[in-house]
Amino acid sequence: MTGATARRRSLAVPWRAPLAAIVALAVAYFVILAGIVSDSSQQLTFTSAIPQAQAQFINAVTIGAIYALIALGYTMVYGIIELINFAHGEIFMCGSFVSWWLLTTLGFSGAITDPLLLVGVLLLAFAVSMVVMGIVGVVIERLAYRRLRNAPRLAPLITAIGVSFILQNIVFVVVSNSIVTTPQIIPNTVLTFGFFSISLINLFVIILAVGLMATLQLFISRTRLGRAMRSTAIDRDAAQLMGVDINTTIALTFFVGSALAGAAGVVQGLYFGITVFNIGFQAGLKAFTAAVLGGIGNTTGAALGGFVIGFLEVISSVWGQGRWSEAVVFGMLVLVLVFRPTGILGQQLADRA
Amino acid sequence: MTADAAAPVLVAKGVTKQFGGLVAVNAVDFDIPQGSIVSLIGPNGAGKTTFFNVVAGLYEPTDGSVEFAGREMIARGRRAWAEPLVWVLPTVIVMLVGVLLEQLTKSGAELAVALVIALGLLITMFLLAIIRPPIYDRLLYRLGIFKSARPNDMVVAGLGRTFQNIRLFKTMTASENVMVGMHSRLHASPLDAALRLPRHRREEKEADIQARRWLAFVGLKGKEQETARNLAYGDQRRLEVARALASQPRLLLLDEPTAGMNPSETAQMTTLFGRIRTELGLTILLIEHDMQVVMGVSDRITVLDHGDKISEGTPEEVRRDPRVIEAYLGKGASA
Repeated sequence: MTGATARRRSLAVPWRAPLAAIVALAVAYFVILAGIVSDSSQQLTFTSAIPQAQAQFINAVTIGAIYALIALGYTMVYGIIELINFAHGEIFMCGSFVSWWLLTTLGFSGAITDPLLLVGVLLLAFAVSMVVMGIVGVVIERLAYRRLRNAPRLAPLITAIGVSFILQNIVFVVVSNSIVTTPQIIPNTVLTFGFFSISLINLFVIILAVGLMATLQLFISRTRLGRAMRSTAIDRDAAQLMGVDINTTIALTFFVGSALAGAAGVVQGLYFGITVFNIGFQAGLKAFTAAVLGGIGNTTGAALGGFVIGFLEVISSVWGQGRWSEAVVFGMLVLVLVFRPTGILGQQLADRA
Repeated sequence: MTADAAAPVLVAKGVTKQFGGLVAVNAVDFDIPQGSIVSLIGPNGAGKTTFFNVVAGLYEPTDGSVEFAGREMIARGRRAWAEPLVWVLPTVIVMLVGVLLEQLTKSGAELAVALVIALGLLITMFLLAIIRPPIYDRLLYRLGIFKSARPNDMVVAGLGRTFQNIRLFKTMTASENVMVGMHSRLHASPLDAALRLPRHRREEKEADIQARRWLAFVGLKGKEQETARNLAYGDQRRLEVARALASQPRLLLLDEPTAGMNPSETAQMTTLFGRIRTELGLTILLIEHDMQVVMGVSDRITVLDHGDKISEGTPEEVRRDPRVIEAYLGKGASA
């Protein structure tokens, strides 16, 4: 950000440029998807492929939102202590199990039709999962990472992988060793606005994810603790010498990141209806890719990366090459890193906002 | 600020810091009277910055202690190993009681209840240890567990500082830099911010006004929204001072604040120090190796060489001290 633009819009969060970028990307994706759909099924012309393309578009945004929520945790933690927290995917997995446990304990198994009850249960599920996973994240940081903060970088990295296995095995042994069906409490209603139709669950997931990301952005750019996080990310010692308690700040970063992963876990259960003890590995790896793709340490980049990966995955499956989706995703990562080693938006939590 | 103006703000007793075999600071006694400008000088490598960092809480001293505002803040930890015991002790006690009750009543319900309470206690203690509210610190102190203050604790106690080589938060704006300095004086919790309570808004607004005031004080009016790295060198130094002042310190530590400045900038900076003392009533500890700057503003000067305190007194006394002349100019120069 140059001095001039900073001066002009001093306290406002810049929104026009990102919005324009999002609209442009969405249109581009839509056209690509419609093209691919009409191409892959011979009966469809480009125009008649639009409804199907639209459904896939929404699917892609939804999946992207889940990746983006997880990726934010990776990127925040990396931004502040330069640790790739491989246990983060497992936090997401645990979050999905927490919501599964909560919903089945409360006795829900299918859609809830009473809107008031539905809202209440959703609020409860998200609140519980986010708080529990936030605390788990903080405790992991305290027990496993803090002592290694000044150790060579490989030590905490290996520890993170260890923590990831520990969490996975705890769930494997204590909870379930096979796929678990989670209650999909949001009814399968389709809302139609003129040409555009979207099912309730997709709408909910997208609004939730965008809302959480916007809140996070505001939190980082406009609050005392957000400033503390940014200053710690830029220069830990200087921040500490200016009165920022870096231990608390780092713990808070873990809390927020893990809470977002917890939210993503609830969404996983609601959207896909299943969860399993090793789901965190795949999802974590892809979310990590999203974070790197967008520019690790950069929260906006992580969100963007999440959506890009969601689209790549859906595009490759629409093309009839679903089994290649991982190859496509990681191929894209390689390509981006070759030409822009710092990711699409560049590095640093600090540079943003 | 305190009732007794003559009482020293900071008292260092026998501060020693070793790095491996190297004694960087050797048994230095030092105190800073309220409201004075005290300087610490010495040739390069004399241990000035190391001493400074010990006082700021960045290094734990090998020996000795530092009292700040009448409280022992910095010394080697005592019984630090016992802290983890404090975390688990309540849990263990509750579990024992649970097991005992279960043995007595044979119902089994007590154990389950105890388990839940124990888990809750464990999490609570962990969170306490992470957030470190004053109650927790007081509890540790009662139990005889002393941990040397960390830099942020020193800032809370009233110590502000600048750096020898500028360490601003380069990608943040000038006003944000100052607001980071205010961090320890603001109190909005994540909950306030998340719910956008009026308290949070009022505080942010107040912080913004204050930041402008501090920037104006050091002469950076109109540059509030400039990104720190885009500021001129002299302005960056001023911004560092503003950031340090924003934490409302009682004692300001300035580490070679005029390094790399031309004579006119240096003169401006020196004027600023005077204003800080007269207008804000702060005590200043200045570190310099440039004798000229120090002689003009200091009430008292302490000279370090190879980690030892070799001289102390008024500028005039120090200027005449043969050991100081020797340290600066070499043997024989004093003759």
